[in-house]
Amino acid sequence: MPLRLEIVTPEAKTFSEDVDQVVLPGVEGEFGVLPGHEMLFTQITPGELVVIQKDGKHYLAVGEGFVEVGPNHVSVLTDMAIKADDINEVDAENARKRAEEALSQKMTSEESASVQAALQRSLAQLHVKRRRHS
Amino acid sequence: MPNTRDIRRRIKSIKNTAQITKAMQMVAASKMRKAQQLALAGRPYARLMNTTLASCKKGAGQHSHPLLETRPVKKVGILLISTDKGLCGGLNTNLLREAGNCDAATSKFVTVGRKGKAFLARMKRDLVADFEMKEIPTLTYTRKISQFMVDSFLKGEIDQIDVLYTDYISTISQKPTRRQLVPILELKSLQVGVGGSHEETSGKEDEEAEVHGEAEFEPDAGAVLSALLPHYIHFQVYQCYLEAKASEHSARMVAMKNATDNAKQIIKDLTLEYNKVRQAGITNELLEITTAQMAMG
Repeated sequence: MPLRLEIVTPEAKTFSEDVDQVVLPGVEGEFGVLPGHEMLFTQITPGELVVIQKDGKHYLAVGEGFVEVGPNHVSVLTDMAIKADDINEVDAENARKRAEEALSQKMTSEESASVQAALQRSLAQLHVKRRRHS
Repeated sequence: MPNTRDIRRRIKSIKNTAQITKAMQMVAASKMRKAQQLALAGRPYARLMNTTLASCKKGAGQHSHPLLETRPVKKVGILLISTDKGLCGGLNTNLLREAGNCDAATSKFVTVGRKGKAFLARMKRDLVADFEMKEIPTLTYTRKISQFMVDSFLKGEIDQIDVLYTDYISTISQKPTRRQLVPILELKSLQVGVGGSHEETSGKEDEEAEVHGEAEFEPDAGAVLSALLPHYIHFQVYQCYLEAKASEHSARMVAMKNATDNAKQIIKDLTLEYNKVRQAGITNELLEITTAQMAMG
């Protein structure tokens, strides 16, 4: 039985394919989903999402979001989803520096939350990219 | 008979107008493409969010959340998304007619866009807040608006949140739409959701949720709901904003295209008229010369 994985961000539908297994960065730790999983709703944190298909593993950097798991589908709603091959390490590194710099300045809680989120996102990208290399 | 100079002057002035409307058409067209892209890109997310929320709500069973509670509706908070500038055909007229139909006694308005604000002030409606219109909306910006609405809902100042905006259907067709956002009730109707008839996956997944009944939540239903629901509202407002923007630019593009076409038609008619008058003049002169010659000869 195939497992349909859909990853959607506000900008685009990033991923919509049948997969064998998917590993998600949940709020309470990583968890894997195989076909026939129980209905489950949970949140994910910025991190690495691993898609396991017949032709091998694919890695994606994802941001914060929500996951709906059903017996034969996984829907991921997140604010960022980038395939490992599409991550630009230099850009991500720059974004991380900018965010860290911005954090050292004074700002309202709202601004700081959005910068924090941006920092988390770029860290997730870097994490995925670097692990692929090592 | 009008003289040629007058006609020439009119042709010139209309040419100028046509040039301006043409330029505005070009600007609107490029903005329109961008806005349409954004609006269409947001739709799959909005749709998936609707289905997720629908099954999530079903799965949560008894678990409730303030944003899901219905109270007797004394005041309705209406978020009116209009435009800042005119010259976009009947867009605002249609939208504001809807706004005018809302019950004045029970409605409180929050506006985005100057046109809506001016209209409500003129109609002496209850206007509680006005937000600036941004050309390219970000979720961070629209979050301020939706947070304001949610806060007043939670404080009990309003008992329902509606959004009144122009739904983008196509370049030539936009529809003023009013949607109830909070309390999140009729998930069936929400599933039809943003953009009208763009249903694809919702039906199937809905049945699935039915079959499997109670779902699991991690860490727990309360935490997931209280994270998902506000996010849902923020995103819906963002999506409505995008739709309204796409509608605005499309309507303006079409309006300006019509204006340019009309101006061109008038120029054509006037040029014909001008040539007729000019030729009549020449014929007259020739007649006079020949008559004079004949008289002399």
